[in-house]
Amino acid sequence: MLKRLSLAAMLSLGVASAALAEGERYGGTLVFTAPYGSSFATLDIQASPNTQEEFITQAIHRALYSWDSIDNKPVLELATSADVSDDGTTYTYHLRQNAVFHNGKPLTADDIIYSYKRIASPKNAFPGASFVANIKGAEDFIAGKAEDISGLKKIDDHTLEITFTGPINPGFPLMQNTTAIYPSNIEDESTFAKNPVGLGPFVFREHVPGSQVVVEKFDKYYEEGKPYLDRVNIVLMAEDAARDVAFRNKEIDVSVLGPTQYQAYQGEDALKDHLLEVAEVYTRNIGFNPAFEPFKDKRVRQAINHAINAPLIIERLVKNKAYPASGWLPISSPAFDKDKAPYDYNPEKAKALLAEAGYADGFEFEVTASPNESWGVPIVEAILPMLKKVNITVKPKPVESSALGDAVTSNNFQAFIWSNLSGPDPLNAMRCYYSKTQQSACNYTSYSNPEFDKLYEAAQQERDPAKQNDLLRQANNIVQDDAPVWFFNYNKAVMAYQPWVHGLVPNANELAVQPYEEIWIDDTAPASRK
Amino acid sequence: MLRFALRRNLQIVPTVIVVALLIFVIFSVVPGSFAASLFADGKRAADPQMMARLTQELGLDKPLMERFVTYVTDLARFDLGTSFRTRQPVIDLINDRMWASLQLAIAAMVFAVLVGVPLGFLAALRPGSVLDTVTMIGAVSGLSMPQFWLGLLMMYVFALQLNWLPSFGYGDGSLQNLILPAVTLGVTPLALLARTTRAGVLDVLNADFIRTAHSKGMSEAKVVRWHVARNALVLIVTTVGLQFGSLIGQAVVIEKLFAWPGIGSLLVDSVAIRDIPVVQGTILVIVLWFLIINTAVDLIYAAIDPRIKQE
Repeated sequence: MLKRLSLAAMLSLGVASAALAEGERYGGTLVFTAPYGSSFATLDIQASPNTQEEFITQAIHRALYSWDSIDNKPVLELATSADVSDDGTTYTYHLRQNAVFHNGKPLTADDIIYSYKRIASPKNAFPGASFVANIKGAEDFIAGKAEDISGLKKIDDHTLEITFTGPINPGFPLMQNTTAIYPSNIEDESTFAKNPVGLGPFVFREHVPGSQVVVEKFDKYYEEGKPYLDRVNIVLMAEDAARDVAFRNKEIDVSVLGPTQYQAYQGEDALKDHLLEVAEVYTRNIGFNPAFEPFKDKRVRQAINHAINAPLIIERLVKNKAYPASGWLPISSPAFDKDKAPYDYNPEKAKALLAEAGYADGFEFEVTASPNESWGVPIVEAILPMLKKVNITVKPKPVESSALGDAVTSNNFQAFIWSNLSGPDPLNAMRCYYSKTQQSACNYTSYSNPEFDKLYEAAQQERDPAKQNDLLRQANNIVQDDAPVWFFNYNKAVMAYQPWVHGLVPNANELAVQPYEEIWIDDTAPASRK
Repeated sequence: MLRFALRRNLQIVPTVIVVALLIFVIFSVVPGSFAASLFADGKRAADPQMMARLTQELGLDKPLMERFVTYVTDLARFDLGTSFRTRQPVIDLINDRMWASLQLAIAAMVFAVLVGVPLGFLAALRPGSVLDTVTMIGAVSGLSMPQFWLGLLMMYVFALQLNWLPSFGYGDGSLQNLILPAVTLGVTPLALLARTTRAGVLDVLNADFIRTAHSKGMSEAKVVRWHVARNALVLIVTTVGLQFGSLIGQAVVIEKLFAWPGIGSLLVDSVAIRDIPVVQGTILVIVLWFLIINTAVDLIYAAIDPRIKQE
């Protein structure tokens, strides 16, 4: 008994000391990587729709809402609370009293109004305009028909009333990096591009074009005790192979992994325990154009879904860095249907469906594809022999990524392969199958089904999140059955990190984007980081 | 000499005009657009309103002829335009990157000349020797090795295994960061220089005037210095010039690999997203650089070898 007790005591002591040893440590430098290109387009992030600039935004800026990666939902960031009107369209935000910009200006309602007007200004073609457009009167302002956005009303310095066009969850649009809040007292707006000023935990220090951005701790950041780090170097590293060497050489603290590296890292003892994985919010698919005769028939589209062995491609080509798709909404979506099975691999059934549709002898079609290794030409080449078995001939039509976007949005394709946003907001994701959504917006497959529309419209009006998700789940299942696309997979993002780095979170929106203020490094870090 | 220099310099102007025309035409017909590139990674849904506004703001909705006239008139005033992506003047973007590119090209060339020329020389003076064989095997491997792979190999050996040098980046612009990319970039011109130097020197060594010099009783050292070196120089200068001119273009791969902030990586990024003003500006700068070096080489020729000037 005594022995057992002492063992328990020892264990609890051990746990206690481990907890202490894991205590957050202040100071040091984090060397973070921005892997999506070899430059930052601009430091004026309101002007940039690119993921690449989000690495800077996270350090320097804050938006009205932010994404909680643990609870997987948007939460209030610059306000401590919000009162919602009965009809769910008007929000009264009580702004943080202690939020200060890097230039010393305290945050007030004016800054938010100024920022949203700048984002929606008809003079600027800014990417955040579509998010601000959810505010009443914003459409008129964007079109240049109004001086102000009528839905924005300042009550006092720290109280702001926003009226939205409908009962939406404003957290999703207004947590976007492109809706970050800037100070309203900067005379020359062109300075934002070179000398950003925000409310974030780190202050801009230096930008070496094509090389890195350096930020340093902001002493007046509103969240007490944060950030832990003194400095973050955000270095540009677009080449996978080079990033691999730099990571192994401990020159960088994190690295985003592609399929091949993922497989390699899993097999190495020194690396395999420090991999962060998350199901991201993208659905990889081949979209069928219903204007192409054979794709008019649902049975043909279903047959293709049955004829391709998606799990095999995921295992062999994508090296398990993906989850088979069972519908449009991904695993990380709150409206994901975990009971819905993906199309099974069944060439016989595919043949039968094709015969029923009058295509027993098959047909030929072209897939417009970019060179991307996970959702481009290599995948089309992999499905080629599988579809051949059911007499369908596939021809890849290789194009560059920017040409793929053009071809799809101008409806100039028979089929295309792409990775598309399918979260985190399920309502916004399912918008892409609503018949009133323009083909060029995101209804790329010109999908139209009255049954779906009814469910979607009901979901739009539903204010209870559980009921809304239920409606969207049903809508999602209709899409799955109609098969306007070949459901390939949901992306699994993988990030490798050095053992001394703590506080990283599984961000389903974009794993590579991390909350720097939560990150700290322990004593085992090399001298260059301390 | 002055007239010769002037004539060579004037030839740059029509060349630049033709190149500018070509770039404009090519990028007007290739598929893909800047607006579409903004959602090409599929991380956001296409936004037709924003695309339309953007197209209008960038003037891409205007007829091709009108755009061409604007482009040419701006160019005549040395205005390279404004980047679609960064909304900053193209000249500023190039300016930010040019120094790093020059640094890399110059360092690579210095390395290639300092190592390649003496090796080629020594190999030619002792043909068939061990040094000759080793140099020529090295030169062939250097020429045939893909730069990307060589760069990775260098990283692996000097950064990861030996831990002597950083594997990537510009750092604070120190020599340490420059060594790996410069050496990688310098290997191809080095190999070429070693080979041409050897061939050039061997050629001269077999010439009649060398036999005459020897028969006059000149010492071996004097023959090499006064006759061989001077005559082989023309070929070496040509190779150096051609290589140096094309280095900035070749550096694209190296810059991407080593995250080196030169204009090569700027060009690649801009082509991918169809940031046409930047593409046009960068290519023009690279072409101009090539032409200037070429002209300089011609002038140096004339100085070394008076026969060229008379032609």
